[in-house]
Amino acid sequence: MTEPLPAPALILRLALIALPVVVLAAGLAYVHGLFDPGRLTPALFVDTLQANNGVYAGYRRNHAKGVCVTGWFDSNGQLQGVSRAALFAPGRTPVVGRFALPSGNPYAPDSSVPIRSFALRFTQADGQQWRTGMNSMPVFAVGTPQAFFAMLKAGSPDPATGKPNPDTLKAFFASHPETAGFLAWVKTAHPSASYATERYDGLNAFYVVDTGGKRAAVRWRVTPLGQQAQASQGEGSDYLAQDLEQRLAVGPLRWRLEVAFAAPADPTDDASKAWPAERRTVVAGTVVLNKALAQNEGPCRDINYDPLVLPDGIQASADPLLPARSAAYADSYLRRTREVGALHAHPEARP
Amino acid sequence: MKLVPQHFAPLARGLHWAMAVMLLAMLFIGAGMVASVSERHVWLLNVHKPLGIALLALAVVRLCVRLGTRQPPLPADLPMPQALAAKCSHGLLYALMLILPVLGWAMVSAAGDPVTLAPGVQLPALLAANAGTFALLRKTHGYLAYLLFLTVLLHLAAALYHGLIRRDGVLRSMASGR
Repeated sequence: MTEPLPAPALILRLALIALPVVVLAAGLAYVHGLFDPGRLTPALFVDTLQANNGVYAGYRRNHAKGVCVTGWFDSNGQLQGVSRAALFAPGRTPVVGRFALPSGNPYAPDSSVPIRSFALRFTQADGQQWRTGMNSMPVFAVGTPQAFFAMLKAGSPDPATGKPNPDTLKAFFASHPETAGFLAWVKTAHPSASYATERYDGLNAFYVVDTGGKRAAVRWRVTPLGQQAQASQGEGSDYLAQDLEQRLAVGPLRWRLEVAFAAPADPTDDASKAWPAERRTVVAGTVVLNKALAQNEGPCRDINYDPLVLPDGIQASADPLLPARSAAYADSYLRRTREVGALHAHPEARP
Repeated sequence: MKLVPQHFAPLARGLHWAMAVMLLAMLFIGAGMVASVSERHVWLLNVHKPLGIALLALAVVRLCVRLGTRQPPLPADLPMPQALAAKCSHGLLYALMLILPVLGWAMVSAAGDPVTLAPGVQLPALLAANAGTFALLRKTHGYLAYLLFLTVLLHLAAALYHGLIRRDGVLRSMASGR
């Protein structure tokens, strides 16, 4: 043991011990966003969704009402030359999908919004997966997570009325001209009577990558093959799932997977801007669905349709919505997987 | 008769300092990626997974090195509670270094997600997909990571206390030697 230190030296040395500890702790708090309360975090997005829609234990915090479907993808090999992903070689890949409404309320009437969504998970034989979430509109309303968050906030219920304030929403759209394409679509769109008759757009751009590493910017969509719209929509507020079951009882439903290639000037980082319809498009194959299952017990329930789960041969673009979707979905997924017990307890219960 | 070592073996020291840097980076990456919706989220996540597996491999090697080499003893005059705290915190550090990456791997498996280290580089699933298991493992992964961070801070403070206040050779035994 050494000589005891004089008091000033002792204090200085204790401070030297505390310094790195405090710096590291503060650094972690900083990284975590403690000194930055305005930062957009996954939790803030999901909190806002919950504030807007209410909390429904066990359900997705957005696109809460939906139905599971299963089937397969028959690849025709047409995309094989530009993407080395195994699922684009000629052959069959199993899929687990989910049709849904965009709201965070699992009891929203099917007629409440014109948008329907379709998520797919392709599982290759080698275990690699491709997950994609598509929507029945041709462009996304906004191009950035910041604008999306502002839109969510503008749609939050007014504490006085309990309903979103139309003026706030109007002001949001007026100050975000990038929403024009989406608004033009909304004007003409009607809630469809069937999931089966819709075209679903991937909206975000990605890259397909060939065996030599060459990349090409693409957007994909699925278009219905031979599904006829019925004369009128079904009864009640849950007609979409009924329609799906009726159609599947007769036979499988099919969509063509179409991949559009960007021209050099087309934006790959802004989902609010459509690419011209005449862009070169390759039909990669057919998505075939032959079974629907209620989402509370179905195989889609525990799938997080994270758009950044991609096989080797598909890469994310610089579209800022992609990381935001990935991060927010992960937060929603953790919240709802902690509550799966609630789904079993009252499968038919309604608030 | 062998001499009592005054320093950790060179390989043990190398592993200690390399892992110290990687582990602190890992903790900051983990805390940062769950608090971001920007491109940083993806970038950090893509580093987090392979770095975690690398740390797991190093932790296994380190455990073998620890068991296969002689450690310098704690100073004979170290008060009993401090000696006990030193032994317990070292045990906790080893346990967490081994458990956290396995928890992360198991948690991604339980979510039914491919365990992807790089495009096309995939590890097998440790568990079958199960939502409840995922939620439990994911929460545990987060809490234990904070526990590891606190233990690292305590370890750092204790090392500096030995080096600056007690000046008893403990810090030197890891910092230098033959």
